Amino acid sequence: MRYSDKVNDHFNNPRNMGSMDRQDPQVGTAVVGAPACGDVMQLQLKITEEGVIEDAKFKTFGCGSAIASSSLVTTMVKGKRIEDAETLRNVDIASELELPPQKIHCSVLAEDAIKEAIRNYQEKKAKSVE
Amino acid sequence: MKDISDLIYLDNHATTPCDPAVVDAMIPFLTQQFGNAASRSHAFGWNALDAVELARDQVGSLINGTGKEIVWTSGATESNNLAIKGIAKYYERNNEGKTGHIVTVLTEHKAVLDACKALMRDGWEITFLEVTSDGRIRLEDLKAALREDTVLVSVMFANNEIGVIQPIAEIGNIVAEARSSKQSPKVVFHTDAVQALGRIPIDVKACKIDMLSISGHKMYGPKGIGALYVRRGRPRIRLEALIDGGGHERGMRSGTLPVHQIVGLGKAAELAKKDIDEGHIEKVRELRDYMWNKLDGELDEVFLNGSTEHRLPNNLNISFAYVEGEAIMLAIKEIACSSGSACTSASLEPSYVLRALGVEVELAHTSIRFGLGRFTTKEEVDQAISIVVTQIRKLREMSPLYEMVQMGIDLKTIEWSAH
Repeated sequence: MRYSDKVNDHFNNPRNMGSMDRQDPQVGTAVVGAPACGDVMQLQLKITEEGVIEDAKFKTFGCGSAIASSSLVTTMVKGKRIEDAETLRNVDIASELELPPQKIHCSVLAEDAIKEAIRNYQEKKAKSVE
Repeated sequence: MKDISDLIYLDNHATTPCDPAVVDAMIPFLTQQFGNAASRSHAFGWNALDAVELARDQVGSLINGTGKEIVWTSGATESNNLAIKGIAKYYERNNEGKTGHIVTVLTEHKAVLDACKALMRDGWEITFLEVTSDGRIRLEDLKAALREDTVLVSVMFANNEIGVIQPIAEIGNIVAEARSSKQSPKVVFHTDAVQALGRIPIDVKACKIDMLSISGHKMYGPKGIGALYVRRGRPRIRLEALIDGGGHERGMRSGTLPVHQIVGLGKAAELAKKDIDEGHIEKVRELRDYMWNKLDGELDEVFLNGSTEHRLPNNLNISFAYVEGEAIMLAIKEIACSSGSACTSASLEPSYVLRALGVEVELAHTSIRFGLGRFTTKEEVDQAISIVVTQIRKLREMSPLYEMVQMGIDLKTIEWSAH
């Protein structure tokens, strides 16, 4: 596959690659996708009491554009309030990376990962209040 | 154009470079010796014809056939189409339009599968034999599939993805026996030998092969030329032509012969025979085995897809668990190879060949095919091993699946969100 320079850059120099403690109450974890489909994205967001994403980490099993999409979203959400992070759409990711049409699903997966990680964080928070 | 001078070419199943000796042989037939082999009235034509006939003998000799049994085509896709549709259409025309039955295998090249599927649309019945986990058919399945109206059995000599060699001599015996016992009186045996030619010895007589497809560019010859071996003698094989015209190639394939291409294929066949006769191919096998042993030793959870024993000497098809094939190719971009991952295919489905072997879809996504060749050096293989090992480790660091497995999580117990 011939990719844009941006995809190649994120693939070759992934930003915020790694993982955080899943048990940390401040950390929301998303694992989206399936090995059988050829891509699994793990996105973790560390969120402050004030609702600001202070750190983001990813690990991805998938093609070059899946890895680049997840690397890019960590840079897009870091420092954002969760309400703002939730407004990120897959088209923002796809257009930034100039993804070819058959790779749009990678950006959809990345959008799902943000929502799922925030949901996971909020669920944890609600439970700790109970 | 991109600079390719520093790349390591390990995609010799896709295509091979022309051997310099092949190019040298071809050039005069593009310039001075430009005659039409069908021109019978002057020396331009005579010389062209002599060159074509020499090439026919060279190609025939590679498979223990004769030059008279070689029909030139544009490539193996055409050869496969001519063999399959040619037999079928001749049968239809001589049986008041009645269609019959063909046996082939799920792991065949698309040129065979799609030619068979085209016949299905015309009313033909096709049996697609399954393969075992090592990639070979079961001979009992073949015997059970043969019917009174079976006119063709088409089984590839060696597979293009996994390099697995089918039991061709046994298949040839079964088909010949079915024909002589009148169980399937019209049946003939065709094999697509594109990947096997020049890599293992092939003997059409010993294997009782009736038709065999040949490609130039898979054995260090030029692209755009191929051949179909059509056995002479009884029972006579009759094919309906796909391309009509001047009646070239005994009416089986019209069109002015591309003399330079044919000369190139002839020379390539001569060199291929030398590779086998003089044991050069064993050097490729040693390099291939060395590469596999190194990769298997350095990395955990790597799997060789398909039979180890019945395998072309130049093929490796490896699943690198927990890392996706396209990402691997991007990470090892100094190496030209290919993948069975869905992301690399137009259909977005992982390799149908690996799926037919029962390779789990998760592992099919992680497969890489390496094809070594005549010009592959030990230095290149050493370099490739080092690149692959480094990059697989790096990608596994990035893989959530690898992390989960390291944490002792069984991936099969997870409910994945399919998308």
